[in-house]
Amino acid sequence: MRKSWWKILAAVLLIYTFTAGFLIKVPIIGNLKETIRNLFFHVPMWFGQIILLTTSLVYSILYLRKPDLRHDIYASSFAKTGILMGVLGLITGAIWATYTWGEPWSNDPKQIGVAIALLIYFAYLVLRNAITDIDKRAKISAVYNIFAYFIYLPLIMILPRLVESLHPGGKGVEGNPGLNGADLDATMRLVFWPAVIGWTLLGTWITTLNIRIYLIRDKNLLNAK
Amino acid sequence: MTKSILALLKKDLLLELRQQHSLYGILLYVASTIFVLYLSINNPEGEVWNGLFWIIQLFVCVNAVAKSFLQESKGRMLYFYTISGAKEFIIAKLIYNIILMLIMSLLSLGLFFILLKNPLGNTLQFIGIVCLGGISISLVFTLLAAIAAKAQQNAALMAIMGFPLIIPQLLLLIRLSKVAFGEIFREGALMQLSLLIVGLDLMVIALSIILFPFLWKD
Repeated sequence: MRKSWWKILAAVLLIYTFTAGFLIKVPIIGNLKETIRNLFFHVPMWFGQIILLTTSLVYSILYLRKPDLRHDIYASSFAKTGILMGVLGLITGAIWATYTWGEPWSNDPKQIGVAIALLIYFAYLVLRNAITDIDKRAKISAVYNIFAYFIYLPLIMILPRLVESLHPGGKGVEGNPGLNGADLDATMRLVFWPAVIGWTLLGTWITTLNIRIYLIRDKNLLNAK
Repeated sequence: MTKSILALLKKDLLLELRQQHSLYGILLYVASTIFVLYLSINNPEGEVWNGLFWIIQLFVCVNAVAKSFLQESKGRMLYFYTISGAKEFIIAKLIYNIILMLIMSLLSLGLFFILLKNPLGNTLQFIGIVCLGGISISLVFTLLAAIAAKAQQNAALMAIMGFPLIIPQLLLLIRLSKVAFGEIFREGALMQLSLLIVGLDLMVIALSIILFPFLWKD
């Protein structure tokens, strides 16, 4: 019970997100209308993705400091769940865009940005598969993960601010590229932040399951030392 | 430290001059690619010209830089390991790749002028941007070449890893080059873009120097 409180919290927060997210009164802004409810699903997924990828980065750094295969398993599992969150964010975004911008893909700078980001992390998986030696794979993919993260960050933080975008926070529009905090209605904020925590915890939960599978599979390797 | 960097750099340059087949190989690659472009697209518009130019730079860089690590055999790496540190080695490689890429960039620019005409409004400015771009692209691909070489993979893996990673810089460069075609930029935007590219370059240099020592030891 003491160890699984956060899993219960994740379930509770997500049930809250799904019920409150669909039931609360939302402000009607422009052509967003009721689709603004997607804010509780689409945006938290990107928050979750960045948090999971950052965790993956931390484990990659830890691996380079102290070569322990467990760190490698953690880093790759967090990156995989980060990719999953990214794909889900892209799909929810495409659904949202269909109803507000008229088409699922409109070559918006941020859509391009996330497509590139996914390519970068798919390359990480390809790189991992290309190397057969376990220690070598851990080291090289850790190096690539760190390098990729620091290029990925400017890609989503700086570039969207420089060009016109349909998203909030583009050139000439106030606010953060991810989310315009000032626009967020007080009642929406009550659902939004729990949703961010809920989706992130769910991502972590999926990751820990994945990690446990790998730890059992590589039991002999890990305990050999 | 400076001494061993210079010695390593000198070794790479000498090797390039003596094993001329690889240098001529890249030169021929540049020339034939641009010639194919000339045959397939006659007199492209400014925007097409600009896009094509940077894509060619990208491919030239993958080919030119890839071999900088792939050519070092395992025994030779072991030898370098005994005579110099990882930092000196990667700095020498970075400088060498910058020099190589600058030559290739300027050469391909010359060929573009001869074969595909010169649609530029401000040629000198574009040459400056090309130098900046050559440096940026070669920096990113140096570390990637090291990773690909360690993974014992060929240029295919480098392209898979490199193309997504180079897009931010490439987009910034294509955006910046539009100024040489006579596009008017917002006040200060030109400076901001250039500084952004320089900032990214500095970050890539720092990351290469920090991360390469981990790849170096086996």
